Order: sequence, then C-alpha cells, then structure tokens
Amino acid sequence: MKVESLFLLFLGLFFGGICLWYWFWGYEDGGTMMLFGATLLGFLPGSYYFFWHRRFHGHKYFFWGRIKAAGDRPEDRDDAEMADGAGDIDSFPNSSIWPFVMGMGAFSLVLAMVFGVWLAFIGIPLMITALTGVTAESRRGGDI
Amino acid sequence: MTDVIEPTQTGLQVPEVPTGEPHGHAGHEDHGPSGILKWLTSTDHKVIGLSYMITAIAVFYISGIMALVMRLQLASPHSSLLSFSQYNALFTMHGSLMLYLFAGPFAFGGLANYIVPLQIGAPDMAFPRLNALSYWLYLTGSITMMLGFFVAGGAAQFGWVAYAPLSSATSSPGAGPDTWIMALVLTGFSAIFTGVNLCGTIFYLRAPGMTMFRMPIFTWNMLVTGILILIAFPVLTAALVMLFCDRHFDTHIYTAVGCHLVNGLPMRSCGSPLLWQNLFWFFGHPEVYILALPFFGIVTEIFPVFSRKPVFGYKGMVFATMSIAALSTGVWAHHMFTTGAVLLPFFSLLSLLIAVPTGIEFFNWIGTMWHGQLRFTTPMLFSVGFLFAFLMGGVTGIMLASPPIDFATHDTYFVVAHFHQVLIGTAVFAGFAGLYYWYPKMFGRMLHEGLGKWHFWLLFIGFWVTFMPQYVLGLLGMPRRVASYPSNLGWQSYNIVSTVGAFIIGVSFAFLLVNFVVSWRKPIPAGDNPWDGQTLEWFTTSPPPHHNYTHLPPIRSERPTWDYNHPDALNVPHGKAAHTNGKTNGKVRAGV
Ligand code: HEM
Repeated sequence: MKVESLFLLFLGLFFGGICLWYWFWGYEDGGTMMLFGATLLGFLPGSYYFFWHRRFHGHKYFFWGRIKAAGDRPEDRDDAEMADGAGDIDSFPNSSIWPFVMGMGAFSLVLAMVFGVWLAFIGIPLMITALTGVTAESRRGGDI
Repeated sequence: MTDVIEPTQTGLQVPEVPTGEPHGHAGHEDHGPSGILKWLTSTDHKVIGLSYMITAIAVFYISGIMALVMRLQLASPHSSLLSFSQYNALFTMHGSLMLYLFAGPFAFGGLANYIVPLQIGAPDMAFPRLNALSYWLYLTGSITMMLGFFVAGGAAQFGWVAYAPLSSATSSPGAGPDTWIMALVLTGFSAIFTGVNLCGTIFYLRAPGMTMFRMPIFTWNMLVTGILILIAFPVLTAALVMLFCDRHFDTHIYTAVGCHLVNGLPMRSCGSPLLWQNLFWFFGHPEVYILALPFFGIVTEIFPVFSRKPVFGYKGMVFATMSIAALSTGVWAHHMFTTGAVLLPFFSLLSLLIAVPTGIEFFNWIGTMWHGQLRFTTPMLFSVGFLFAFLMGGVTGIMLASPPIDFATHDTYFVVAHFHQVLIGTAVFAGFAGLYYWYPKMFGRMLHEGLGKWHFWLLFIGFWVTFMPQYVLGLLGMPRRVASYPSNLGWQSYNIVSTVGAFIIGVSFAFLLVNFVVSWRKPIPAGDNPWDGQTLEWFTTSPPPHHNYTHLPPIRSERPTWDYNHPDALNVPHGKAAHTNGKTNGKVRAGV
C-alpha cells in the first residue's frame, strides 16, 4: 500500500502546487477549479491508502493509536511466496446479462434525449430491471 | 455460476516449463453460456478485451476510409467530389472516431483489459460486470456517433473539438450534433468505468511478490492512464451536459448572449464561449496523453523482448511516465494560445517541460536496444517505426509549444501534420505493434511474418509521404479544415503527394486484413511463449484458460517468466545484456 499511497499523494501535492501557482499568476477561476479537483483526486484515495498502510504497520489512525500490526500484503512484499496469498481472493461472476441490459437502457436513454421522450419509456424500465437484477445477483454471490 | 478463486490452488509451483497443453483446465467446468450468448453475457476480461479490440479496429477502418475520401477531395483545388458541408462532416467524424472511439478504447479497453490482469497474475479485472458495462456503453456510443450520418441535416460539422459558439443550436442545428454529444456522454462513462477498473485491479489484485516496482512498464503506464482518465473524462462529460443544456434548455453557459459590460468588464454572471475551450482542453490535453502512455507501455514491453535484455532504466521509466502525466494536466491552454486570453508563459513553460521526461523515455528505449541481440520481427519493426514517427511529431510539438511559432502556424496544415505524426506514431505504429506482439497470446496462433513486414514497410513509407508535405503546406499557409483551396498558390503538388501517401497507407492496411484471414484459415501454431517473453503473461497458456493461471512462477523481479525459463541468467544487473556472446553475435537474428 505504501507505494500506491505515496504515488497518489505525490500527484495530489504536485497538482496542488500547480493549482496555487496558476491561481496567483493568472487569477483564472475555471482552470484553478479543475486543478483543485485534480488535487483532491490525488489526496482522497492517496490518504485512504496511506491510512491502510499505517494500519498494516500497527498505527490505528495515521500516526496515532496502536493496533496489532498485520504486516504488508503479500503483493507488497519482495519475498512473498505464492502460498502467502492463500485463501479466497474473491468471487468473480462468470457471466451476467445485466451489463448488457443496462447498456441497452443507457443507449435508449441518450437516444431519448435526441429523438424523443418516448424512447425513455424503453430505457428507464431497462435500467431499473438491470439495477435490480445486478443487485440481486450480487446478493446471491454473482450468478446469471 | 460463480468461481471462487483460491490462490492455494493457483499458487502451487509446478517445476516445469509450461507447454502448449492447458494446465489442468478440466473441460467439465461450467464457464457460462457459449456462442452469441457468451459474447453478450461474458464478464471475462479476455472476451471483453477482444470485443473492444474488434470494435475499435472496425472503427479504425471506417474512419480511415473517411480520411481517404477527404484526401481524394484535396488532390485537386476545386474538387466536386464532396460538398463543403460533407467535407466538414467527414473531418469531424474522422477525428472523433479516431480519437474517442479507436485510439483510446483500443488501448485501455482492448489491450489493457486483456493484458493487465495477465501481467500481474490476476484472475480477472477487479469489477468484471462494470467492465462488461464499459464495453456496452462504448459499443452503443460508437453506434450513436455514426447514427449522425443518417439523421436529417447529417452528422456534426464542428470538428472533434466542438468549439462554442459554433456548436450552439443556432450555428449547428439538427440531430447530428446531438447524437455526437450523446455518443461522447456514453463513451465518457465507459472510459471512466474502465479507469476505475484498471486502478482497482492494479492496486488490489496483484499476485504475491508482484510489488509495484516489479510490475511491467505496460501495467504501470495503464495505471497512470487510468488516473488520467479519472482526471480528464469527468470534465468532458460535465462540459457536454452543459453544452446540451445550452442547445436545448435555453441556458447560456457558453454563449455571451445578453451580456453587457460593467465598468468595462463583462458582468460576473455572464456566459463565455471561452469556458468551453478551457473545459474541453482540460480534458483534451490529458486525453492526448491517455492516447500516448499506453502505447509507450507497449513498446517498452517489445524492445526488451526483442533485444533479449531487461528494460533499461526501469525506475526512470516509471518516474518519467508519472511526470508526463502530472505535467499534462497543466498544459491545456497551449491549444488556446491564439485566443489571447491565456497565460502564455505558464502554459508554454509547462509544455516545454514535458519534453524532458519524454526524452528520458526515448533514451531508455534506445538504451534497451543498445548491445542487445536484436530480432527484427514484425512487432519490433512497428516499435522502431513508432520511435521515428513519434520523434518527428514530438519535435514539431516542441516547436508549437513556443507561442510565436504557434501564432504563425495555428490552424494550418503544420498542426495537422504534427498531430497525425504523434497519433499515428502511437496509436497506429505502437498500437499495431502490440497487436502483432500479443496476438499469439490471444489466439495461440501467429500472424504471418511476411505479410506483417509488407504491412509495416508500406505503412512506414506511406506515412512519411503523406505527412511531410503537409508541414510544407502549413508553412506555405494552407489552413486546415478546408475542402478547396486557391489553385495559384502552388499547393496542389504537395497535396497530390500527400494523397498518394494516404493511399499507400490504405493498401498497407489491406495486408493486415489478409493476415487475419490467413491466420484464421491456415493457423501457424504459436505455443505459449513464441517470442521468449519476459513478463508474466507469457507463462500461461495461449490463449489463457478461464481465470488465467493454474500456477504461477515465483515473482522475484520484473520479468518472472524470463527468470523461470533462464535460471542461469538470474541476477544480471539492470541494463546489462543477459547473455555472454553479445559482442560476437551482434548479427540480426531473423525469426524466433
Ligand atoms: C491513416 C491515415 C490518415 C489520413 C490519411 C488522415 C487524413 C486526415 C485528413 C485529410 C484530415 C482533415 C484535415 C483537415 O481538413 O483539416 C484529418 C483530420 C484529423 N485526423 Fe486524420 N488521417 C489519418 C489517420 C488519423 C489517425 C490514426 C488519427 C488519430 C488517432 C487521426 C486523427 C485526426 C484528427 C483528430 C483530425 C482533426 C479533425 C478536426 O479537424 O476536427 N487521423 N485526417
């Protein structure tokens, strides 16, 4: 997690610097806002990963508090063996019709914006069906 | 049905070099439906990656034919082949199809989708269903874009950049522009989902021992691309929604209608056409790097393999990529120098700075080949072609980053030549290098080397013949986006040469089609590792089994497959040739 978090925090820091520099040189608000957004995009996930990195090393909240150190994840350790990653990685759905249904729903919805609202009467039910379908599927553990 | 992936089962090290046999891939396992239903419902990253690639290549051919028609029109000054508005629609659709629907999706939807999980030893992408949704949004987006040709008034005619106020409802009425906007809303979401998926996969699904600094450079570049997508595409989608509101709901975000001056300045709540340019290019310039970095990654995989060496300056490469990405977010307004409303020194400085990390990458590519045992197979030839093409496009890019030069050449054919050399260098030379390189992994069969070389050489020649005269045309003052030009300025001869070149490129791509047919009808078996590849994807079977690996080698460096297959070559320091006879055997070895 360390490299991941530092990578994102570095990007956030860089964009933050550019953002300040740009603002105090150009006083242009549109670009400054977008650079600020990019800064957050670095900092938010970056600090989340940093939080977990510290936890793995026994720090409860970044620099305070202590919990039992779990150590780095196997994919972060130079000397990890394949067996260190033992256990379920995750359950992966094999196939699912819902992405297709949702794609078709989105397709009808955007076409409705161009060719007429009646298309939304196809798009919205498709989207709702797909959302329901995909949620139910997840609760069952992913199945078509 | 669902597979629960257990690494204990995948983690067993079987001490044998993998063969062409699928490892313990029992045929009775149920992997979901087959046939057409398989393509509709599959959430396997390999199937989705292939769908992406097939669609993107189809888009590339369609858009290429549009380019040829435009070049035919320009071969004579007052050609009557196309009307002005047809020409406008063609360059708009050619640019949009190539950039939004070919180059990007081919790289991060197609190749990355297929290869990244394999390279890090993951069973699939982190969010397989989101991945499938990305593809469907991309496909329907492509269809929506092309629907523009079939509506009253024809396709959009405002260029791939849709500048306000040209894109307003008054200047561009009709459904064509609306389909263009909606197509990009769909593909924008598709790209964002793919970006999320790439980052999630790379952060969470690496195999044990695959630390960040052991990931192949291709995977690194895809991570950086994923982050750039997350920075850039939401801005585009938001800007498009606002554009749509301007066109239909009477908002005035990009129009200055009804504005008046207060103390000599526009009133505060006034809409501004320039806002579109700022928003668009805040997306558009990172987009240019979204279209470049994956392809840098591809050639960085190819050079080491065909030089039989590790990549030169691995960490330098990673940091250079990161700096390119970081800087690319601060250079958007170099497309707007001539508006007179941007901070010239800031944008010029940052744009010039990008040349530094790009230079480092070039240095490292050459360093990788230096003293290597070079094998000029088709993928290698395409990669070397990329070096030349991108160098030329890059150098003229540095020229354009200097405002005085840009003032003179803005919106001329100089710019057209510049961005085609950059984009064809990356998306075409490097992109098809990737296709030739990974095709054996995807299908277990080779593409025909001879046909591949014909493809390369015709493309390479056609490329220079097409675009070098355009630099001259630009300097002579020929503006871009024109369907006819004065006949007394001496521009026609250059245009004819350029058109001939374009048709040579067209012929070269016929060889690719023939090659597909040949490999389909008369397969040349490839085995699992035909190129003596170094990274993890060459360890599994070709094509890889469901969920990719039955076992993995120990991962102790950034090239685990090489370490496994060449135990004697272990511990060779970075940048040194991994063989002892590099000096005596400097000859080019053809084939594999
Ligand atoms: C295969 C060879 C190609 C040829 C012969 C070609 C030809 C052309 C021509 C004639 C134009 C119109 C120029 C004008 O009137 O201003 C154009 C524009 C453009 N092309 Fe290409 N092109 C090719 C490949 C590509 C590729 C591979 C890409 C991107 C990946 C690309 C992206 C663009 C873009 C972005 C525009 C600008 C559209 C606009 O002005 O809005 N082209 N191309």
